[in-house]
Amino acid sequence: MIFTGKVLKYGDNVDTDVIIPARYLNTIDKKELASHCMEDIDKEFTKKVQPGDIMVAGANFGCGSSREHAPIAIKESGISLVIAESFARIFYRNSINIGLAILECPEAAKAISNGDEVEADLDRGIIFDKTTGEKFETKPFPAFIEKIINCGGLVEAIKKGEIK
Amino acid sequence: MAMTMTQKILAAHAGLDKVEAGQLILVELDRVLGNDITSPVAIREFNNMGIKDVFHKDKVTMVMDHFAPNKDIKAAVQCKMCRDFCSEKEITHFYDVGKMGIEHALLPEKGLVVAGDVVIGADSHTCTYGALGAFSTGVGSTDMAVGMATGKAWFKVPSAIKFVLTGKLNKYVSGKDVILHIIGKIGVDGALYRSMEFTGEGVKSLSIYDRLTICNMAIEAGAKNGIFEADEEALRYIEEHSERKPVIYTADPDAEYDEVIEIDLSSIKSTVAFPHLPENTRTIDEVGDVKIDQVVIGSCTNGHYKDIEEAAMIMKGKTVAKNVRAIIIPATQDIYLRAMENGLLKIFIEAGCVVSTPTCGPCLGGHMGILAPNERAVATTNRNFVGRMGDVTSEVYLASPAVAAASAIAGKIADPAKI
Repeated sequence: MIFTGKVLKYGDNVDTDVIIPARYLNTIDKKELASHCMEDIDKEFTKKVQPGDIMVAGANFGCGSSREHAPIAIKESGISLVIAESFARIFYRNSINIGLAILECPEAAKAISNGDEVEADLDRGIIFDKTTGEKFETKPFPAFIEKIINCGGLVEAIKKGEIK
Repeated sequence: MAMTMTQKILAAHAGLDKVEAGQLILVELDRVLGNDITSPVAIREFNNMGIKDVFHKDKVTMVMDHFAPNKDIKAAVQCKMCRDFCSEKEITHFYDVGKMGIEHALLPEKGLVVAGDVVIGADSHTCTYGALGAFSTGVGSTDMAVGMATGKAWFKVPSAIKFVLTGKLNKYVSGKDVILHIIGKIGVDGALYRSMEFTGEGVKSLSIYDRLTICNMAIEAGAKNGIFEADEEALRYIEEHSERKPVIYTADPDAEYDEVIEIDLSSIKSTVAFPHLPENTRTIDEVGDVKIDQVVIGSCTNGHYKDIEEAAMIMKGKTVAKNVRAIIIPATQDIYLRAMENGLLKIFIEAGCVVSTPTCGPCLGGHMGILAPNERAVATTNRNFVGRMGDVTSEVYLASPAVAAASAIAGKIADPAKI
C-alpha cells in the first residue's frame, strides 16, 4: 500500500487524552469523534486536515488510555498514515486492529517537517520526503500483522477467515 | 531457553513449551473486561462479526464505572447498550450502579482474577492484576470484541525489566510513591512494549494494595504488564476472595532481562508527579509552594480501603483548607461500606470533604470534580496529561493518598509527616 500526503507534525508523548478528550467519549459515532480530534493539542487540526494527510510525531505517540476512539478519530478525520519515532503499545495494536496505517521510523519522524509532501510504501517500509528528497527505511510489519492490515482490521480478518 | 514470569504464563496459555521475546502468539484468555466507554465500541464490532454468543458467559466482565452513575443522556445510552448486550448474552459478571465499583479494584475483590490468569481489558489500567501474579494487559475495543467472540488474543511476547526491591517503606510512603519514583527514573516510555517484573526481598513488606497500585501504573511507564510473583500474601488475598485455584509461575533463575534495576524501598520519599507527565516527579522536599484548588482521593490506582483509611487517619480532627474542594471516592461498594462502618466517612465529612459513590469520574475529566481554567488539583489518580481533569489550562499533580490528604488540609502540596 502506498500513501501520499501533506504532513501535520506533532511532538513527543502525544497522549490519547489530547487526541480525543474523555469528555467526548460518551459517543461511539465516528464522525462526532473525528470532529474533536486533537482538540486539546491543536484547535485548528480539524480545519487544517485534508483527506490523505500524513501525521508525523515524536516518541511514545498515543500513550495513556486504551481508548480505541483515538485511532478511530484520527482515521475518520482523513489521516491516511501516522509515522512516529515510537508508538505506545495499546495505540499501536489498536491502529492495526482498526486498519489505521502506522509506521515506526525514528529517523523519518525526526527529519520530516510540518507541511512536507511525503510518500510512504507500507509493504516495503520506505518513506520518501518529496519536499526535501530524503529517503528513509524502516522494518516492514511481520506477515501476521500485515495480514490484519491488508484485510482492513482484525474484525475483517476474522470475517474473511484469515485468522482463526 | 529460560523464561520470565510473563513469558511462562503466556507460553502456558498458548499451548507452547516455550516462547521467546518478539514471538507472535495466539493466547487463550481467562477473562475479557470492558467498561461503559470502551464496551460500546466492542459491542458494535462484536455485532459486526455476526457472532451470536460470547465464548464463555462467566469469562466476560463489564463494569459501568467511567461515566456512571450516568453523567448525561449520551452516557446513559452507552450504559444501556452494555446492559442490553449483557442481558441478551446472559453474561454473569455485569456490574451496574449499586453493584459496580472501579473495575480494577472490583475484579480482585470479587475474586475474578487469580494468579496465573491471562486477562485482557479494554482499559489501559488492566495491568493492575499483575499484583496477584496474573498476566493482565490493556487492549482496545476491537481486541475486546474478538476476545469476547473467540476467547483469544494475539500478542507479541515481551522482554522484561527486572526490578529487585530491597528494604522497607518508611512511614507515609506507599506503593504510589514507589511507582512514581520508578516512572521518574525510567520515563513514560521507559518500559515500552516490555514487562516490569518486581522481585526481591523487599516485596514481602509490600501489602497487596501497594502492589496493585504499583502494577496499575506500569502502563504509565509504557509497559505491557507489571507483575509480582504470587507469594504467601498474594495467595492469602486470593483465597479470601476467590474460589478459583491460583497457578504460580516463577521466572527461571537464568531468565534474560533487558535491564535489572535495584530499588531500595527505604530510600523512597513521598513523591509527586508535576504536570503534564507522570515522569515529572519531585520528592516532597523539592515541591516548593504549590497552592491547590482541589484534592481527589480515589481511582483504580488509589481507591482501596487502605488508601481511604490512610487519608482518613491524616484528616482526623482536621479541616480542609479554605477554598479547597476535597473529593473522596471509595473504589467499590464494599470499600464504601467498610469506610462507613469504621467511621471513616464521618471523619471525611466532618473535615469538610465530599464522599462520592464509586466512579472513575474526575480522574479522566468525566464528571464529579472537573477543573476550571488554571485550577490545580492534587490527585491520587494515574495521569496528569493536558486537560485530563478539565480545562486544558488546569493542572493535575499525582500523589499518594497520604500526600493528597495532607495537601487538602494545608491548601497546598504538603508532606504528610509535617501535618
